[in-house]
Amino acid sequence: MDVIGDNLPLYAQGFLVTLQLTLISGALAMGLGLLLAAMRVAPLRPLRLLAAGYVELLRNTPLTLVFFFIILVTPQFGVRLPFDFFSFAVVALTLYTAAFVCEAIRSGINSVGIGQAEAARAIGLTFGQSLGQVVLPQAFRTVIPPLINVFIALAKNTSVAAGFGVVELMGTGRRLTTANPGGVVWILVGVALGYLIITISLGAMAAQAERKAAFTR
Amino acid sequence: MSSVLYDTPGPRARRRERIGSVVGGVVLLGLLALGVWYAAGRGVFDADRWDVLYDPPKQQTAAAVWRNVLIQGLGATLRAAAVAAPLALLLGLVLALWRTTRFRWLRTPAVGVVELFRGLPVLLMMFFGFTALGLSAFESVVFGLVLYNMAIFAEILRAGLASLPKGQAEAAYAVGLTRTQTLASVLLPQAVRTMMPSLVAQLVVLLKDSSLGFIIGYPELLKSIQNNSQFFGPRYLVALFVVGASVYLVVNLTMSWFARWLERRTARTGQAETAAATFAAQAGTAGNHSRV
Repeated sequence: MDVIGDNLPLYAQGFLVTLQLTLISGALAMGLGLLLAAMRVAPLRPLRLLAAGYVELLRNTPLTLVFFFIILVTPQFGVRLPFDFFSFAVVALTLYTAAFVCEAIRSGINSVGIGQAEAARAIGLTFGQSLGQVVLPQAFRTVIPPLINVFIALAKNTSVAAGFGVVELMGTGRRLTTANPGGVVWILVGVALGYLIITISLGAMAAQAERKAAFTR
Repeated sequence: MSSVLYDTPGPRARRRERIGSVVGGVVLLGLLALGVWYAAGRGVFDADRWDVLYDPPKQQTAAAVWRNVLIQGLGATLRAAAVAAPLALLLGLVLALWRTTRFRWLRTPAVGVVELFRGLPVLLMMFFGFTALGLSAFESVVFGLVLYNMAIFAEILRAGLASLPKGQAEAAYAVGLTRTQTLASVLLPQAVRTMMPSLVAQLVVLLKDSSLGFIIGYPELLKSIQNNSQFFGPRYLVALFVVGASVYLVVNLTMSWFARWLERRTARTGQAETAAATFAAQAGTAGNHSRV
């Protein structure tokens, strides 16, 4: 138990790195995911295929493999980015999470009644207008809970970065266990609490949003 | 939905789309070619960086390399998943049923267990098994996979049970079935059936997560790629990675497509079930979250 109290500053530091990883890659993945979702419903076939291929590829690849590729394999191509491990982790998490963001948004777009889009088209709105003024505003509400859940998964996925040189919450736990082999259980309980703070509060937000969406429909 | 958002293309729009497709395709191919040209300039495609797959150095045979990657590496990955999946399904079923008990105080522990393990990284649970419980690498991987996925399976099954029309349980009680009989012979078979696509999709996640064993030192597929590249030298990393990534993609894509096929089939059968199926599909999209 004391191990947690004694190492509180280290925990705080690790927690902060985890939070940074989550927020930065979350924001970037949101941008890329939105772009991919727009491409997936676009009238141009190559765009649709490209986005669908990307999502299918990344969704069926383990995150560890993405990390492995970016950190260990790209240098073999002669690509030497002036990045530290943190930035590499952000890139890997962004590329991976964007595929799931795209899927969440697309399922939201599909959940809007088809009559809405038909009506929008019938009164002569263009593709951009019907998407931007009719479908997306309605999809937005249903999309929030699954989107939050993608971010919960992202928060948990940041732990993979611990295996690739980033000392975030999980990495802090690893270091502490090698320093105090006696207190392993409590050290890891401390790490678990750090993750639960993020995931449970986000989960409560998702449940709240879900209730709201259910009422308004 | 997407087909409604714009007009069915007429001849002119089709021509425009064809031109767009060609231009887009050419740009994409050009980018790809640029990448290939760049990589080739750095010798990525030279035979001495790929011969590990057909004529490896250091007096090794190609068969030994492939055996190491496919039989030992992929075998270890599949073994961990094959042990973890049934255990997680069983425990998930227990948890889901536990959550349906009538007394609130009896239910709360099950809710707590599900919420706890759903909110923790799988890697942390594997690491806990490895360091705190002193399990072997294989056991730790299975431990982490089982704890996490049982919580997810429990949630999926609960969503399946909740999606059934109330009349199903009422009718079962009305004909005099007990609670257990109702669950076992009326509700569960339907819940499992409607949630089958979600269950299979979660199995893909389980298989993907077994690659986390790489980090705690379980010699699975990714680890065998790394071991081989360390033995033969880093210049073979690209070739070996291509093999490993393809193996993962083949296995996972097959399972994902199977899940989607099941989904289509479930959606197609039976008029009476259509309502339940759409309901479950909605619950499924809401339950999608954990599948990352």
